Amino acid sequence: MASTTWAGADPLASHRARRQLIDKIMTAIMITAAIIGVIPLVLILFYLLKEGIPGLSLDLFTSDPRRPGLSGGGVRNSIIGSTIMVGLGTVIGVPIAVACGIFMSEYGQNRAGTMFRFLVDVLAGIPSITMGLFVYSLLVLPMQRFTAIAGVLALAILIMPIVARTTEEMLQLVPRALREAALALGAPPWRTILTVILPAAVPGIATGVVLGLARISGEAAPLLFTALGNQFTSTDVLHAMDALPLRIFVYAIGPYDDWHQKAWAMSLILVTFIFAISAGIRWVSRRGAAIRH
Amino acid sequence: MAAVDTDGVAKQLTNRVRIGDSAFVATVTAAAMIVLLVTVGLFWELGSNAFPAFAHNGGLAFIWNLRWDPSREVFGAGTFIVGTLITSIAALIVATTVAVLVAVYLVEIAPPYIARPISTAVELLAAVPSVVYGLWGVFVLGIFIRDIGGPVIVSTLGWIPFFNGTPLITGMLSAVLILSIMILPTIMAVSRDVIAAVPRNQREGILAMGATRWEMIQLTVLPYARSGVLGAAILGLARAVGETLAVTLVIGNRVAIPTNIFAPGYTMASAIANQFTEVENSMHRASLLEVALVLLVITFIINAVARFLVWKVTGGLRVAVQE
Repeated sequence: MASTTWAGADPLASHRARRQLIDKIMTAIMITAAIIGVIPLVLILFYLLKEGIPGLSLDLFTSDPRRPGLSGGGVRNSIIGSTIMVGLGTVIGVPIAVACGIFMSEYGQNRAGTMFRFLVDVLAGIPSITMGLFVYSLLVLPMQRFTAIAGVLALAILIMPIVARTTEEMLQLVPRALREAALALGAPPWRTILTVILPAAVPGIATGVVLGLARISGEAAPLLFTALGNQFTSTDVLHAMDALPLRIFVYAIGPYDDWHQKAWAMSLILVTFIFAISAGIRWVSRRGAAIRH
Repeated sequence: MAAVDTDGVAKQLTNRVRIGDSAFVATVTAAAMIVLLVTVGLFWELGSNAFPAFAHNGGLAFIWNLRWDPSREVFGAGTFIVGTLITSIAALIVATTVAVLVAVYLVEIAPPYIARPISTAVELLAAVPSVVYGLWGVFVLGIFIRDIGGPVIVSTLGWIPFFNGTPLITGMLSAVLILSIMILPTIMAVSRDVIAAVPRNQREGILAMGATRWEMIQLTVLPYARSGVLGAAILGLARAVGETLAVTLVIGNRVAIPTNIFAPGYTMASAIANQFTEVENSMHRASLLEVALVLLVITFIINAVARFLVWKVTGGLRVAVQE
């Protein structure tokens, strides 16, 4: 009884109860949102496994596509093409990007550097299809044909801003004392940067490179008008070349069930690859950090 | 015995250092110039190749002209621009609502053993390639909308304008939902970092005055993080505007202003992806490049605004990596 009289006597009790109710409702809404946020990944992975696994076979990796409508065959051309173009794109893009990151970190701590950093960030958000059209105008039009090298260039441009910004941030994280020690020993700035600071930042930069590689290996838009696609296995960078995301696109809009099944199987391969290297590099870098500390 | 020319040796050494340093500076500056050249080149190449179309399509009228008829050489990007705006803004609203709620939950409420896996699961969405979203959007989401989701919406919400139509596998609703899922990780990750950057004493102050947890979020955390969250949302918008293959697969690709949420439409990016390899004439190609130029200018501006807002809050660090 005493407590009810207290509640009756407290003029703020109902107000407080209402505030606590709102707090509970909002918490429930946020938990619901978190569940909604996780559902898409679960559904996508579920269907990738469900539809993709039946399409997996050895033929998928070892033979070229057959004529449209015929079942069987594989996508060896796309797997080899993707490997070549993503590999070359990374090899070309990364050194430029790392040098650019060094520029921003070591010589860009001023107004011009800030502007430049801003530009690199903006470049990272430019739609990949416009990159494809840029390279189309730059290489495909003058050469009068679609080439793998054009696709490589488009991918290299896409990976650059990602790696450049990571490099810059990782260089900034290297302890000042390391830099000062090298300079005090008489090493000129360029040797300090190349042999002392850069090596210390390599694990972080490697993470950026792998994440960038994961990103460009799933890109089809920049390849549509550059590498075009090729239904035969080709290793010649001066001719059209296939890529997994391109073939997924072609098979997804095609009319055949066999194509759809192969599109799912290719998607499964691609997503497995991307998730594996992303998770792998995160694990390695976390372990590296744990050992160093 | 002549004295060792110490001055000369020192000068020689200094010179060597100077040469090494200047060569190094020149190399890294050159690399930076490449990035600058790419940016300028983007505008220049698209602009110069689209140039014949500028006059042909009546200058700025290109932006609001709704007719796109390649065989008659009539080109207006109006429907593509409207389609892009509708899909991206609708996706932005859906994704931002969910993303901000998730971000607040992760930072303020969830214990680490729940926050970490949810964070990872949403971030992994960013790693799924666009074309895989498209495939999933057609064969899972699209079929669900046609057979189950669509009819339910029509029978319950059909009285609202635009909610009544014939649900198809491809159309605006599929595109909006796919885009929402695709931009969710971007908005969530940036919002989460921005919210985590709200100073502790802000929270402690209001809690000490007896606020509930939600009041703390509503009265201090969200206002403090507002401009950063806005930046995150605009980053998401930029991604939605430029998203190509997923949208091309699910939007239905029809040159018409959509009349309801199930109707097929077109976006700038999907028009380019869909038509560029099969152009009917040189003016068609130039006009598609003009569409690309419009798209480039729009995304450039949106990105610049977003970066500016996010930079202001987080001090310029850590945001670019999450792309």
